[in-house]
Amino acid sequence: MAAAAELSLLEKSLGLSKGNKYSAQGERQSPVLQTNNGPSLTGLTTIAAHLVKQANKEYLLGSTAEEKAIVQQWLEYRVTQVDGHSSKNDIHTLLKDLNSYLEDKVYLTGYNFTLADILLYYGLHRFIVDLTVQEKEKYLNVSRWFCHIQHYPGIRQHLSSVVFIKNRLYTNSH
Amino acid sequence: MRLFVSEGAPGSLPVLAAAGRARGRAELLISTVGPEDCVVPFLTRPKVPVLQLDSGNYLFSTSAICRYFFLLSGWEQDDLTNQWLEWEATELQPALSAALYYLVVQGKKGEDVLGSVRRALTHIDHSLRRQNCSFLAGETESLADIVLWGALYPLLQDPAYLPEELSALHSWFQTLSTQEPCQRAAETVLKQQGVLALRPYLQKQPQPSPPEGRAVTNEPEEEELAILSEEEIAMAVTAWEKGLESLPPLRPQQNPVYSRLRQWNTLYLCGTDEYGTATETKAMEEGLTPQEICDKYHIIHADIYRWFNISFDVFGRTTTPQQTKITQDIFQRLLARGFVLQDTVEQLRCERCARFLADRFVEGVCPFCGFEEARGDQCDKCGKLINAVELKKPQCKVCRSCPVVKSSQHLFLDLPKLEKRLEEWLGRTLPGSDWTPNAWFITRSWLRDGLKPRCITRDLKWGTPVPLEGFEDKVFYVWFDATIGYLSITANYTDQWERWWKNPEQVDLYQFMAKDNVPFHGIVFPCSALGAEDNYTLVSHLIATEYLNYEDGKFSKSRGVGVFGDMAQDTGIPADIWRFYLLYMRPEGQDSTFSWTDMLLKNNSELLNNLGNFINRAGMFVSKFFGGYVPEMVLTPDDQRLLAHVTLELRHYHQLLEKVRIRDALRSILTISRHGNQYIQVNEPWKQIKGSEADRQRAGTVTGLAVNIAALLSVMLQPYMPTVSATIQAQLQLPPPACSILLTNFLCTLPAGHQIGTVSPLFQKLENDQIESLRQRFGGGQLEETLDLKAKTSLKPTVAETGTTAGPQQIQALMDEVTKQGNIVRELKAQKADKNQVAAEVAKLLDLKKQLAVAEGKPPEAPKGKKKK
Repeated sequence: MAAAAELSLLEKSLGLSKGNKYSAQGERQSPVLQTNNGPSLTGLTTIAAHLVKQANKEYLLGSTAEEKAIVQQWLEYRVTQVDGHSSKNDIHTLLKDLNSYLEDKVYLTGYNFTLADILLYYGLHRFIVDLTVQEKEKYLNVSRWFCHIQHYPGIRQHLSSVVFIKNRLYTNSH
Repeated sequence: MRLFVSEGAPGSLPVLAAAGRARGRAELLISTVGPEDCVVPFLTRPKVPVLQLDSGNYLFSTSAICRYFFLLSGWEQDDLTNQWLEWEATELQPALSAALYYLVVQGKKGEDVLGSVRRALTHIDHSLRRQNCSFLAGETESLADIVLWGALYPLLQDPAYLPEELSALHSWFQTLSTQEPCQRAAETVLKQQGVLALRPYLQKQPQPSPPEGRAVTNEPEEEELAILSEEEIAMAVTAWEKGLESLPPLRPQQNPVYSRLRQWNTLYLCGTDEYGTATETKAMEEGLTPQEICDKYHIIHADIYRWFNISFDVFGRTTTPQQTKITQDIFQRLLARGFVLQDTVEQLRCERCARFLADRFVEGVCPFCGFEEARGDQCDKCGKLINAVELKKPQCKVCRSCPVVKSSQHLFLDLPKLEKRLEEWLGRTLPGSDWTPNAWFITRSWLRDGLKPRCITRDLKWGTPVPLEGFEDKVFYVWFDATIGYLSITANYTDQWERWWKNPEQVDLYQFMAKDNVPFHGIVFPCSALGAEDNYTLVSHLIATEYLNYEDGKFSKSRGVGVFGDMAQDTGIPADIWRFYLLYMRPEGQDSTFSWTDMLLKNNSELLNNLGNFINRAGMFVSKFFGGYVPEMVLTPDDQRLLAHVTLELRHYHQLLEKVRIRDALRSILTISRHGNQYIQVNEPWKQIKGSEADRQRAGTVTGLAVNIAALLSVMLQPYMPTVSATIQAQLQLPPPACSILLTNFLCTLPAGHQIGTVSPLFQKLENDQIESLRQRFGGGQLEETLDLKAKTSLKPTVAETGTTAGPQQIQALMDEVTKQGNIVRELKAQKADKNQVAAEVAKLLDLKKQLAVAEGKPPEAPKGKKKK
């Protein structure tokens, strides 16, 4: 999904009515937003955070200092790690790490839904769609989290709904 | 919260520089870990720096940690900062890692390095100009400045990489670099070594993908070697061709010490420091006189060093007339110059034994924690230092009666009066010297707290007598005279001792110790010597190690846990293997751990499979294919690049050893032999030898070059494994001048036609049973103690283990599998088998290696380069 499309998706999720136009810049095709009251903004997570503020939903950026830092950390992770790697091996390491991180968490910050969950969900969608049933079971915590986010009101939009099986099939592999 | 940083990990720079913002708002502990330590339990790959939050969660992103510190200080997030940080993560970092990798790991220079970051640097410069502000996000320094400064510092601190024409960037960078938090962070992380400090870290990083516009070949060897410039290759080839002629005339010596390989005039000495309470206690325990005890242990120690092949010029002792003479002379000079004070000290005296009880002769209840068996100087339970008179219910350790407090006259070295001279001297000595960071840090922290007068006499009999009226029944405190031992030992060795010890202009003094001895070598002795005003040679390089732990805990003589010097020879493992492993694990920069399983692994993988395998193969090819005569070598461009590459690694070895980075330099040796193995593997001389005339010539060149690399390795190995080194040199019949001199260039020391001797394997496989029985014998699994010890050693982050830890049997089984699979792959490649088939087997091999890494509790290694042989 191109960054511009993803940002439009985010706009809808946030309930922003007027759609912005985005251009792309550089090798990485970073999205650029021309704001009304200032210089343009470049970068997926930068623009996403800006949109959240525009929608007056700043709680999505975290409420405590700790949450804010964690949200930004996972946004950075999204653009450097999730977008940066496409080899199967890298993705599996990433899912393994994420799985172990989410073991005791509902959302990325712990108990609160944030922008980090939204963008990581968008970023991982293309990989999760391709996982086999066994892999989804292997990354059980990622699956639980992903399933939860895709059912979060207004987030999934037109993206395909990924099916997760509730019963474990491969009990031996754990 | 706890911050984990690592020296030499670039991310530690901005984090330390930003940490000040959190001060006063949260309690922040800073721990130093190794760049490869896995601090974050959920991440597969090592990541430093890391901030462990009080909630238990982790911040593992450098920017996020800095951001958190700024948020704590009340700073609010804004779009512009977000944009800079996102740009830093996605655009600057990849470009910068590539530049640093080229510069530090591959040794490139100039535009080759700058090329990959120029666009990013220009972007910063333009932004600063456009906004017409001094800082990235406004008129004051903020988060974005710190993060970008930290990322850029390792590269830009070298003016060669800070282009003049980018003047806005220039002044922005200079402004930040001169600020105190930034300066301090830079000192801590780069340790005044500049960008070289990042080398161990960068070497572990995957090779960056080449910048656009450059042709990418599929051959990994090509790609890795293609980085050398034409001149470097030409220079390497010229040096190689000069060969033996370029060696200087040999000075007579045969001892394995690096500085001797460099033909530096070296005096290498050590000794037993024999005076003091500990000796008296031990003598009493064993029913001997102190002198007898010293004689006994001096011989034991000397034997241990001899067995380990440690080639001191002299291994002396402090109980000699020279010691008394020199110590008393220094004391008299100090006294005459007014640096000695007299004062009364309250001390415990046992009336029944009729003597003052030195610290270790008294036991009692700890005044801090109530521990029953606290010693007179320190409580073993809470670790606090105790003044013996503060002990509750004190007891004489000898007769168990209760001592009384009596006052006694003592002499003090007036350190406050000498403090200024010490600081001046340190100010002259430290810049450009190779003090280890811990030595420097400990010394500095003593100075920062202000020096206090230090008692230099004791109410003991066993020691150097104090030559002053009223002090006839007292002796000098052991730490006043122990360091003077170096002088007296030299004096016993040569009557020319003053040419070493009163010759600071010409002598460079290196002192090696564990970090607990730093105050005596870095403060007390220099103060005595400065106060004595006799032009003494003072330490130029104080080299202190951290601690070596044993398996899961500490070495403990009293509990019988650990291998001690005198036991090493009973293990059946050769001294050279011990030397190798102990130096490989040398606690440089951080504590390290001796582990039997790891020793087995390192022996079997590094020595047997890598180093031994290469040297043996090189020699065998000469014997088998060329009748024992080194063949003619006709160097192709590939070979010339290899020459340059080996030369580069040899320079790193020199660079590191000159900086006394003994452990890192050992890795350079192993890297060269890895290159060698790869070279043989790719060129397959065993096949070429059966081919056409041209093929045979190629086989000759490859064999000749390989055996010359083996010869080079034998010399580089000399300080590490003297016996192995001599064995290799005998097998190769290396000409004598080449055996004991190491230049900075790789020379052809075995020219065509040179006849080598009989080649045989150098190393033996360590078997699992053998290691397991040794582990049991020396107390490996100290389960009941681990809890207690963990509490004490909690400075080290406990690494969470993924999955279940495998036993040594499983590890061995996996290692065997890896070896087996490795052979399959090698054979397939040798047969030029179908690519897919090879790929499938390689995948199996990688998987096995991963399993092995997991079983050993290590993170799987990030692959270097694209393919691995």
